[in-house]
Amino acid sequence: MTESKQFEEQQPQRPSAGGMAPTPTYGGVAQHSGPIADIGEPTELALTWETGVDLKTRSQWQYALRRFLRHRLAMGSLVVLLGILAVAVFAEQIAPYAFDDIDLENINSPPTTQGNHFFGTDMLGRDYFSRVVFGLRTSVWVALVVALLSTAIGTAIGAISGYFGGWVDNLLMRFTDLILTLPGLAILLVAAVYFGAGDPLRVAIILALLFWTGIARVVRGVFLSLREKEYVEAAKASGSGDTRIILRHMLPNTMGPVIVNATLVVAAAILTEAGLSFLGFGIQPPNPALGKLIADGQSEGLKLWWLVTFPGLVIVAIALAINFIGDGLRDALDPTQRRIRA
Amino acid sequence: MLTYIVRRLLYSIPVLIAASFIIFTFVSISSDPLAFLRMQPGVSFDTIDLIAERKHLNDPIPVRYVHWVKEAVTDQFGTTTLGNRPIWPDLTRVMKNTAQLIIAAELIAIFLAILIGVYSAVRQYSAFDYSATTFSFLGLATPNFWLALMLQVLVVNILEKYNIRLFYVSGLSSVDPGEGFRFVLDRAQHLALPVFVLATASIASYSRFMRASMLEVINSDYVRTARAKGLNERKVIMRHAFRNALIPLVTLIALGFGGLFGGAIVTETVFSLDGMGFYFIQAIGEGDPYPVMAWLMITATLIIVFNLIADIVYGILDPRVRYD
Repeated sequence: MTESKQFEEQQPQRPSAGGMAPTPTYGGVAQHSGPIADIGEPTELALTWETGVDLKTRSQWQYALRRFLRHRLAMGSLVVLLGILAVAVFAEQIAPYAFDDIDLENINSPPTTQGNHFFGTDMLGRDYFSRVVFGLRTSVWVALVVALLSTAIGTAIGAISGYFGGWVDNLLMRFTDLILTLPGLAILLVAAVYFGAGDPLRVAIILALLFWTGIARVVRGVFLSLREKEYVEAAKASGSGDTRIILRHMLPNTMGPVIVNATLVVAAAILTEAGLSFLGFGIQPPNPALGKLIADGQSEGLKLWWLVTFPGLVIVAIALAINFIGDGLRDALDPTQRRIRA
Repeated sequence: MLTYIVRRLLYSIPVLIAASFIIFTFVSISSDPLAFLRMQPGVSFDTIDLIAERKHLNDPIPVRYVHWVKEAVTDQFGTTTLGNRPIWPDLTRVMKNTAQLIIAAELIAIFLAILIGVYSAVRQYSAFDYSATTFSFLGLATPNFWLALMLQVLVVNILEKYNIRLFYVSGLSSVDPGEGFRFVLDRAQHLALPVFVLATASIASYSRFMRASMLEVINSDYVRTARAKGLNERKVIMRHAFRNALIPLVTLIALGFGGLFGGAIVTETVFSLDGMGFYFIQAIGEGDPYPVMAWLMITATLIIVFNLIADIVYGILDPRVRYD
């Protein structure tokens, strides 16, 4: 994060108390009576004002973190999401049954605490709570892989496009536009049918091949504006190669929008994968997935309302939490937001 | 303006050609139209060879592409591999049904979303604004198919318990829909739930967009000027703010409209509506690439056409936009 340092000197906030603006002395040099600040890490550099107030400088990332921590809705959503992730990770410990345990004495049971069938059972007596917990694991895993893959592809294409410009940019962006003119869900279905989905990893790869376009456009936009910046010029003048400039100097400054987009991709991927699996073209049995569970509920008759309701509620909860977090991140990472009560 | 439209039209042509080539290559390399026939015990090798000959399946992909384009242009996408059924009549029928569905849903959605968005912006941070925001976040996080199923669960259970049939959960019309008013009522009972599902999703995103664009306009200088010269608030909002805030929304709707034709796949499947999405699912289920390619081409064309319309509408509505 070498770039973040450039902001440090710009951001000491002057104490508004007291009429005249005192001149700062860096690192507590001699002429003051206040506590002596130690000069440690550069980001920890403390400014001591003649008024005796200690002020810390913060990097752009520290500001972003503080803004995010103060975003109540986003923080609440983060707690919820971490809880859901924990359930997905510790599925074996949490689920009272295995997801394919058949119990013919307890079929079509509505939700009950008896025998821990919190979400009821289906027509084979399989415990739906356990099925949802394991389905959650599959769905979350797929969504995370999609976010990772599509962010990697999108960032690479966007960075190359924005940095080199000219015919490279033209070619890559025309290609991106072309992908956007194709009906997304239909293309996914064709790919799933003909290349064969079923396996979670394959479903994730197919989804990622369509989801990168948004991130590519965002990264390209940021790169186009960064290309003209003085520090990029300086890096060029001092003989840095293209790869080094892209990776070390420009990429860290696009991280804000990339992180926000990657977060939103997770939510979109969860919803899309649920749709695909629901239609029967996504994840196939024996792998449980939330969308597939809802489809099972549909095929077993709509009178067993619990089979449809609970997996869907879980999907809504995840998507909602992630969207709120994405919103909070967007606000927090926006460097024009200077209204921090720090 | 005219030169701009002509230039955009000309630019759409290579995009369309490129899209058709991608669609054809993508579907052709990934599927074998004869696989299904080969598995049928009653189909002889001669028949399969004949079909392969007729569809030029033994030629390389570029040659097949040329044949396919020729067939698409001169013979309305030709016929299916299985059963030799003409594709175009089926496609136009399902397009008409889908159009009915999405036009109804979009009209309701646009009307409500504008009301919600404007009111949320004018009364920013009010209780109404917060509930509208909550609603739209919920709407964006709810999968369409799940909302559809939950409504079906509700309707089915009400029917079961109280024997009242308010809506139908599948199909476009009853076996005997009747005439005149009864036909319209029957169609409305069938379309009500799918329209509701599609409209909810649209309202969630349009109302957020309308709110944001209205807020931007309300805080602009010319609105302050309008207030300063003594106009009453109603006039300021309706005459000065609202009309300008509408421009981005109109563009957004025009941009997305083409995609809606191919985007109602899940909703149509849940409600078994004989529309584009339902047709598509059946086509890929049968493993026949020709109706799939025809469908993809139609949808891609609609998306490109509505992108064009969005650009033109934007130019007409916003006089600041000048095309050289």
